Amino acid sequence: MNRHLLSAGDLSRDDALLVLDTAADMDAALAGRSIKKLPTLRGRTVVNLFFEDSTRTRTSFEVAAKRLSADVINFSAKGSSVSKGESLKDTALTLEAMGSDAVVVRHSASGAPHRLANWIRGSVINAGDGTHEHPTQALLDAYTMRRRTGRVEGLQVAIVGDVLHSRVARSNVLLLYTLGAEVTIVAPPTLLPVGVTAWPCAVSYDLDAVLPKSDVVMMLRVQHERMHGGFFPTTREYSRRYGLDAERMATLPDDAIVMHPGPMNRGVEIAAEVADSVRSTIVEQVANGVSVRMAVLYLLLGGLIDVSGADEVAA
Amino acid sequence: MMSRYVIRGARPLGGEARDLYVDGGELVEEAPAKADVIDADGLIALPGFVDLHTHLREPGREDAETVETGTRAAALGGFTAVHAMANTDPVADVAGVVEQVWRLGQEAGHCDVHPVGAVTVGLAGERLAELGAMADSAARVRVFSDDGNCVHDPLLMRRALEYVKAFDGVVAQHAQDPRLTESAQMNEGEWSATLGLAGWPAVAEEAIVARDCLLAAHVRSRVHFCHVSTAGSVELVRWAKAKGWNVTAEVTPHHLLLTDDLVASYDPVFKVNPPLRTNDDVVALRAALADGTIDAVATDHAPHALEDKETEFAAAAFGMTGLETALSVVATSMVETGLLDWAGVADRMSVRPAAIGRLTRQGQPLEPGAPANVVLVDPAARWTVDATLSASRSRNTPFAGRELAARVVATFLRGKATVLDGKAV
Repeated sequence: MNRHLLSAGDLSRDDALLVLDTAADMDAALAGRSIKKLPTLRGRTVVNLFFEDSTRTRTSFEVAAKRLSADVINFSAKGSSVSKGESLKDTALTLEAMGSDAVVVRHSASGAPHRLANWIRGSVINAGDGTHEHPTQALLDAYTMRRRTGRVEGLQVAIVGDVLHSRVARSNVLLLYTLGAEVTIVAPPTLLPVGVTAWPCAVSYDLDAVLPKSDVVMMLRVQHERMHGGFFPTTREYSRRYGLDAERMATLPDDAIVMHPGPMNRGVEIAAEVADSVRSTIVEQVANGVSVRMAVLYLLLGGLIDVSGADEVAA
Repeated sequence: MMSRYVIRGARPLGGEARDLYVDGGELVEEAPAKADVIDADGLIALPGFVDLHTHLREPGREDAETVETGTRAAALGGFTAVHAMANTDPVADVAGVVEQVWRLGQEAGHCDVHPVGAVTVGLAGERLAELGAMADSAARVRVFSDDGNCVHDPLLMRRALEYVKAFDGVVAQHAQDPRLTESAQMNEGEWSATLGLAGWPAVAEEAIVARDCLLAAHVRSRVHFCHVSTAGSVELVRWAKAKGWNVTAEVTPHHLLLTDDLVASYDPVFKVNPPLRTNDDVVALRAALADGTIDAVATDHAPHALEDKETEFAAAAFGMTGLETALSVVATSMVETGLLDWAGVADRMSVRPAAIGRLTRQGQPLEPGAPANVVLVDPAARWTVDATLSASRSRNTPFAGRELAARVVATFLRGKATVLDGKAV
């Protein structure tokens, strides 16, 4: 593994499988224990550096780090980014001076984690950068697919929605390609990047044509600002053409699953009865997120203890 | 302090070696007495370069560059004249500001500074600045540009093109449709899709180039296009020239050598407007410069303070320095590739830009009677760019660490050496 996790594309197939296997080990090591804690990263410091609000991702990383006994510092830098206030570099130097072993960064600017990695000695983990990538989301999605369907290789995966602005889509396309799944991205043409033809996936504008052959459907959130950005005429038309409702869900193969990275717009890209159906993995994705992030922290920080043999420690 | 020189054995425009004699600020027939002798064996002599597009940042951003530091960098790059862009603070949109910049250039003395006047007040694109006052001022402005912004209102552009005919001016258009490039960060294509950076599509440049060719033809004026960066723009300029319309264009050195894949590092040193494009665009730009469709190389030297580049990519300023590397980048991309000979370099870096800017004392043949604006180039030199050694006050060169061909050895401005042995005098 590299020292940093900046892009899902940086992971080799072996790296990616190692993360998924390690996440499974984490789950097994904690299964049935009353005290969900491993001593692996005791004495190590993980900084959650969030320039954007994201309670769910920050909490997920925080729980993951704490379950590995790391010290966690939440550094909320919202509003201090970009042109106002302290620069990203100064923030990096501050964290460096405090002696952080890993920095988990969420930022509204694509590539901000890459910049940070130039100024920090510890590991940088990209927890979502602008419209670029969100690699741990892709890892937890792959982990969820594997747990539900038993495999990732050979799966037909449809990723549906605002691909243009989606870091989840970019990371998933790269990781799923590495792992041998076949991805089709489905969106109105206005929400696909012009350069999408170079991506290792198929592209469709027609959700109804793609659903019957999909093992996995991943619905992307429609950001509120896009609803009024002129990318599609109305939210209602978007839902009609690209929303997943019960009727459309019925056209999926029997074992197909429905995923969503959250937070959902019920009634826009996903109908409530779909989100709450047995096909939905949305709640599992959250739980799996913790396991996968434990695995990433463990592997990047070079945990020295064999997880499977780890003893419980008092909290 | 008028100097006398014998430049021994230089090859004018890459031709046969001969001696050049400098006296009284001019090239002369006979070797002057008590002259300094410069051994120019193996060196190419070219007319001093003329840059149509330089940001000297003064007044307003003297932390990034001053007229003094910028023109020293220009001299080191072989330039004897630069056109200082109008997007200073205050904007060069009145006679007072252009005269100030003109005077600062005279005082610095490293190369001639010809201020560019803003087309519109405050570069705001709303109403014409006092173009006539700037033309009539001591700075004798002939090139007008809102560079950094496009004069996007078609009626305003039409009026500007018409108005400058009265004093033989030219509008240098920064061709960028603003609506198609809102928050744009890099070339729109495969790399922007991968990197999640908002795209700057080629069509946003080409639509304005096409429109302004038609406007210039309609009002029988001349138009110049700053930093054309796409294969499509090249085709449009070629088409307009074939029609006999008075259209000229420049290309930057960086668009001749660098491509948008460099942005994958997210290093803002590669952030520039217009953005680095694809290899197909680079090939088309080189071919167009070689066949004369593109008239001139212009640096778009855009110095920025460190803190404006050591940021997230989206937060960083657009622009690259380029004065000291221009000749070497042209040599690397055009001469070493066999696309352009040294006479061609002289034409595209001196003769034609001087003509576009209506500078009658620049870009002249290296013959007796001409002003002694001369640059000596070592065509065999190879050097690795070190940003810390730049004479510019800023360090944002995209060529740092790159090995380039050919190097400026000496520059003479009206007979006075501004650079000798590759060092500022």
